[in-house]
Amino acid sequence: MSSILFNVVVQGILTGLVYGLMALGLSVIFGVVRVVNFAHGEFAVIAMYAAYLLFSALRLDPLIAMLPIALGFFGIGYALQRLLINPFIGRPAHEQFILLVGVAIIIVNGLLMIFGPDARPTNLSYAFDSFAIGPLFIDKVRTYAAIAALAVTGLLFAFFRYTHTGTAIRACADNLVGAAVVGLDVKRLYALTFGIGLACVGAAGTLMVTIADATPALGPAYTLLAFTIVIIGGLGSMAGALIGGILIGVSEACAGFLITPSMKSMFSFALLIAVLAFRPEGLLGKRT
Amino acid sequence: MTTALLTVTDVSKRFRGLTAVDRISFEVAPGEIFAVIGPNGAGKTTLFNMIAGVIACDEGAISFDGARIERERPDRIAWRGVGRTFQIVRPFPALSVEDNVMVGALLRSHHLDAALEITHAVLRQLDLFDKRLHLASTLTLPDRKRLEVARALATQPKLLLLDEVMAGLRPTETDRMVGILKEINRTSGVTILLIEHVMRAVMALASRILVLHHGARIAEGAPNEVVRDPAVITSYLGAEAL
Amino acid sequence: MHGRVLIAMLLAALIATPAFADRYVISVLILVFYFAYVGQAWNLMMGFTGQLSLGHSLYVGLGAYVAAGLWLHAGIGPWLGVFAAIAVAAAVGSVTGWLSWRFGIEGVYFALLTIAFAEFTRIGFDHIDMLGAAGGLFLPVNAEEAGQWWNLRGGPLLFYYLALALVAGATLAVAWLRRSRLGYQWVAVREDSEAARALGVDVFRAKMIAMLISSGMTAVGGVFYAFYHRNLFPGQVFEMGRSIELILAPIVGGLGTVFGPIIGAFILTPLGEALIAATERSGFNAPGTKAVFYGAALIAIIYLVPSGVWPWIARRLGFSEHRQ
Ligand SMILES: Nc1ncnc2c1ncn2[C@@H]1O[C@H](COP(=O)(O)OP(=O)(O)O)[C@@H](O)[C@H]1O
Ligand SMILES: [Mg+2]
Repeated sequence: MSSILFNVVVQGILTGLVYGLMALGLSVIFGVVRVVNFAHGEFAVIAMYAAYLLFSALRLDPLIAMLPIALGFFGIGYALQRLLINPFIGRPAHEQFILLVGVAIIIVNGLLMIFGPDARPTNLSYAFDSFAIGPLFIDKVRTYAAIAALAVTGLLFAFFRYTHTGTAIRACADNLVGAAVVGLDVKRLYALTFGIGLACVGAAGTLMVTIADATPALGPAYTLLAFTIVIIGGLGSMAGALIGGILIGVSEACAGFLITPSMKSMFSFALLIAVLAFRPEGLLGKRT
Repeated sequence: MTTALLTVTDVSKRFRGLTAVDRISFEVAPGEIFAVIGPNGAGKTTLFNMIAGVIACDEGAISFDGARIERERPDRIAWRGVGRTFQIVRPFPALSVEDNVMVGALLRSHHLDAALEITHAVLRQLDLFDKRLHLASTLTLPDRKRLEVARALATQPKLLLLDEVMAGLRPTETDRMVGILKEINRTSGVTILLIEHVMRAVMALASRILVLHHGARIAEGAPNEVVRDPAVITSYLGAEAL
Repeated sequence: MHGRVLIAMLLAALIATPAFADRYVISVLILVFYFAYVGQAWNLMMGFTGQLSLGHSLYVGLGAYVAAGLWLHAGIGPWLGVFAAIAVAAAVGSVTGWLSWRFGIEGVYFALLTIAFAEFTRIGFDHIDMLGAAGGLFLPVNAEEAGQWWNLRGGPLLFYYLALALVAGATLAVAWLRRSRLGYQWVAVREDSEAARALGVDVFRAKMIAMLISSGMTAVGGVFYAFYHRNLFPGQVFEMGRSIELILAPIVGGLGTVFGPIIGAFILTPLGEALIAATERSGFNAPGTKAVFYGAALIAIIYLVPSGVWPWIARRLGFSEHRQ
């Protein structure tokens, strides 16, 4: 029993790392641009379909497809911020909300029009292989996905820490007026940030096909998932997104195993409500 | 001697390492106009916010009208009779001038008609009656400053806390505000505690002055004594005399 | 004054409409009224008090399930059940409000918390067997109850007039509240809660009352929904999409205005219907086509008239209903 539970926890951690990467995108966008991307999960689902198409047409493994998809998503995010979202910067939250809900509705239903409601599986050859480490049996796909997610996250950390642009973006997040005063091109940095945020989602969505089958209905569910993670970890905190992702991954896995899979997100929401009640800034968030 | 309306006793506030207000004590008598002056960052606004209940003081006691208020919520303190303005004005931008003041007037009069009557009286006092239907967001700075006072006054306070209501006004506007405040103090007997940089206004209004510097009291007394105090001249007036 | 005449004429026209409109038009108008009504309820929270709730489907769902459950299991009719529905929704609303505002949760965080509560409840209801769980709850249509308006059994006309009465009543109530002491406190809280507090407004109390009234009113809409549709699925009534649907009318019509939710509902519902009709006629009716256009329309509206259609119309007609 305990070794099964241990297995479940490890699986949860691995899934949680992929969730964390997706939530990281949301967190980065909110932390800098101060816009809550209500279409976040929908973008993840687009990436899932992209990965599905690349796999079924070109036999491209999602672990490789992740790179071109993330790159493409960066472009989409950059353009989206420049063309659509920029006029809404600084406007009331509900206006931004309606805008992005509009985007989300278009994505979900656009996918529905193109692909229909049925789930599209990506059948990897090694889908059912696993590593045996002592009493543990760990899915290969999840392991690879988790490693890839960690790698992307690491790259992102390095980008924000060591590159000039990354530092400039952080300056923007900390002090917008100051950033503008010292001559940073805030609009460009916002667009870059939105691009980076979507690249995270693109990568995470691609990895997600190894865990779940693509279907349009996943969009709103993933948006909620990303919110939950980010709030638990702390909105705007990068490490918080990862920790939140792992927590939710483990909580989902345990609830699914111990109670019933259909109740798993109820526990996530209970966790969210508890965090909001006792530590509204999130586990790693800064008190403002 | 009559008992004080407001008694501040050994009040301190620290922000991380910085002592913003350092063991300040003073009393304000009913009907008096009392001024707190001092250079920027002296801790005047912080002192105000503690009286108004926005910031909890680290130590010390504040009594108003016979009750201890240093642990009370801002709205309860307003209800007890402390009306305050904000140094950086905070009108309700999407509301008309009249509706802004109505919110204050409705604190004590639960009937709209009665509140409207108070509102109109206050707007006339503050020279805003003609603009009562304008949106607050469209007002000029001098008008906003007077709206700030009008709103506080509509709550029919016993004590009016005014945080730099003259700052940024031209001399004619300042004189207008001084005249209005004098008139309000004379006719309704409301006690005024004012923070001010504009020495001309302070000298014209205040019966007593407290001078703060780096959170500490460096002088207190009648205006004429205070402006001649060497410590005040070196630390404040000398540098920033207006 | 001519505003009142206009409203009276509109109301008279709507009362007379069933005399010459067909079933389809009636059913669309029922939807319009429903969205106008719940829009009014939501507008109290967001439009007046400035608290963005994205989980109002929670109160629709609770109202619907409480009334339907009481009817099925205890034989208590909707006219009585509605009070229980209001009580339950208001109780849950006050828990949500208390949890948020006592702990200083504002803005985006509050919005996300309301979603979390709704989703939490949705999944919970998926597992309440007594209320049909995920399989749905059905109110049987017994022949002997036909025409029993006191059990909310009747034709479209019953629901038409009921919905119309709900909208009219809600609008009157909102108009009155707006000009009450509470209404002034609400808008003060919305504009600047710190300044409101300095004027003696108990901000927490003002928000809580808004929440109680709004959730209670929304629950009444839920009761209507339950007895009109006569089937309930947690995945449908509590879903986030429902919450979004419900807030669109007041936003598009004009937040914080009395007529915004009505105008918004009169724009959006027929727009949705027209899109359905258009996609069906074009022969290109893949699922989702309508919604894609709907999403695009939303973006266009919020881009072009961000403060809502009604303030824009009102200016043109020479009324001045800017946000109070
Ligand atoms: N919320 C705060 N957090 C940290 N420091 C503060 C805060 N408010 C004021 N201070 C500091 O306390 C000192 C006194 O500020 P303030 O009371 O605003 O001065 P004054 O109104 O006399 O110009 C200043 O050094 C200011 O930077
Ligand atoms: Mg100050």
